[in-house]
Amino acid sequence: MSVTDKIIEIIAEQAVLETSDVTMESTLEDLGIDSLGLVESIFAIEEEFDITVPFNANEPTNSDFDISSVSKIIEDVERLLKEQAG
Amino acid sequence: MKRVVITGAGTINALGHNVADTMTAMAEGRCGIGPLAFRDVERLSIQIGGQVRGFEAEGRYNRQQMSLYDRFTQFTLAAAAEAIAQSGISFSGELASKSGVVLGTAGGGVSTWDDNYRSVYEDGKNRVHPFVVPKLMNNAAASHVSMEYNLKGPSFTVSTACASSNHAMAQAFQMVRTGMAPAMVTGGSESMLCFGGVKAWEGLRVMSKDACRPFSANRNGMVQGEGAGLFVFEEYEHARARGADILCEVAGFAMSSDATDIVMPSKNGAARAIAGALNDARLNPENIGYINAHGTGTAANDKTECAAVADVFGPHADKLMISSTKSMHGHLIGGTGAVELLACIMALRDGVIAPTIGYEEADPECALDVVPNEARNARVDVVLSNAFAFGGMNAVLALRKV
Repeated sequence: MSVTDKIIEIIAEQAVLETSDVTMESTLEDLGIDSLGLVESIFAIEEEFDITVPFNANEPTNSDFDISSVSKIIEDVERLLKEQAG
Repeated sequence: MKRVVITGAGTINALGHNVADTMTAMAEGRCGIGPLAFRDVERLSIQIGGQVRGFEAEGRYNRQQMSLYDRFTQFTLAAAAEAIAQSGISFSGELASKSGVVLGTAGGGVSTWDDNYRSVYEDGKNRVHPFVVPKLMNNAAASHVSMEYNLKGPSFTVSTACASSNHAMAQAFQMVRTGMAPAMVTGGSESMLCFGGVKAWEGLRVMSKDACRPFSANRNGMVQGEGAGLFVFEEYEHARARGADILCEVAGFAMSSDATDIVMPSKNGAARAIAGALNDARLNPENIGYINAHGTGTAANDKTECAAVADVFGPHADKLMISSTKSMHGHLIGGTGAVELLACIMALRDGVIAPTIGYEEADPECALDVVPNEARNARVDVVLSNAFAFGGMNAVLALRKV
């Protein structure tokens, strides 16, 4: 399963939606994911890809991890996978 | 001062998943203690307990709830649902803004601590689930009850080891009695039956490997239990006005501290709590027909408790009945007083005195009527419930028939 498919699956599960309801443009807010859902999603991403996501819930916009849409999350996970490889 | 009555009760424990089943088991003198079943139990030297069986959280709670509810919270919510349904009370408007929930627990989310320590120490993981803290915190259960039932008044959790529930219920009682709250949800919950929880208790060398036999000369220690007991305490006129079924009245309470030793009980501290509860409820010793004992089955507690009862009641000590239902459901630690309050309600409402089971041999240091092995039919009008905690913190409640 590709990184994209896996992340969509994680987000869909958190939002209790079908994966087909999650588009690249969706924001977490659109999908009804609250702050607890967000940290749970990040935990699931870290577990799935064995990476550390630099995210601080106190200053989400200042974190080195863009959560503004599904596509941004995927981009950043791919970046982190490269950076943290090996 | 307002009168305070109990209008709802709920429980889950080793004897039953509701009040009716629990009281039936108590009346039959059934033992809920058996072999423990959980991971690594074979590494424990103590392998028995009053474990709740057949309680499936899956299906009862959704995925999001499961990630936030430790087992002690799951027990609490199950018992709260029963108590509040029986009471028929619905919290809205002014009633909701003044009513709260005060619960006891000694350990809170012990299995959440245990699972996550195992994960980071034993399995070497460097990441834990984001909800570990909101899941394990001692006030998690009270918080979820407040959210589920719209309780917006004073809510908190009391932690005084084995007296937690009695201290919590004493607080709730006081809040309703003084008019601060028209109703309070109260009681307690505990779930320490996991590897780390039992291992910690093992260290103290006070646990029995075979049975809990309170007051019996051959007693050899306590046996842990788990579960919850929840109640609706309500101002008497409020309960009457809405036609609620009143289970009994909470007549008074007292708290005391031994101020002596961190684990050894004191006769004086226990006696002051018992006498204080009588005084607070304006009762004479002769009024008391039954005492639900703390009765842990340890050498120290049972003889100290009996001596305290003899001191306070004088000649009447030989006439009253005193039993320990821990022999059946085990010691629920911070939840124990709440489950034991059910034996008090059964005595007042049904005239059935729960027995002390496992009683085999008379102990001259516990020479009271401990209702050995079989329940007894008797009319009692006023009862006490004792709780004496490690740390020397005692809380005794007095209940009366309405």
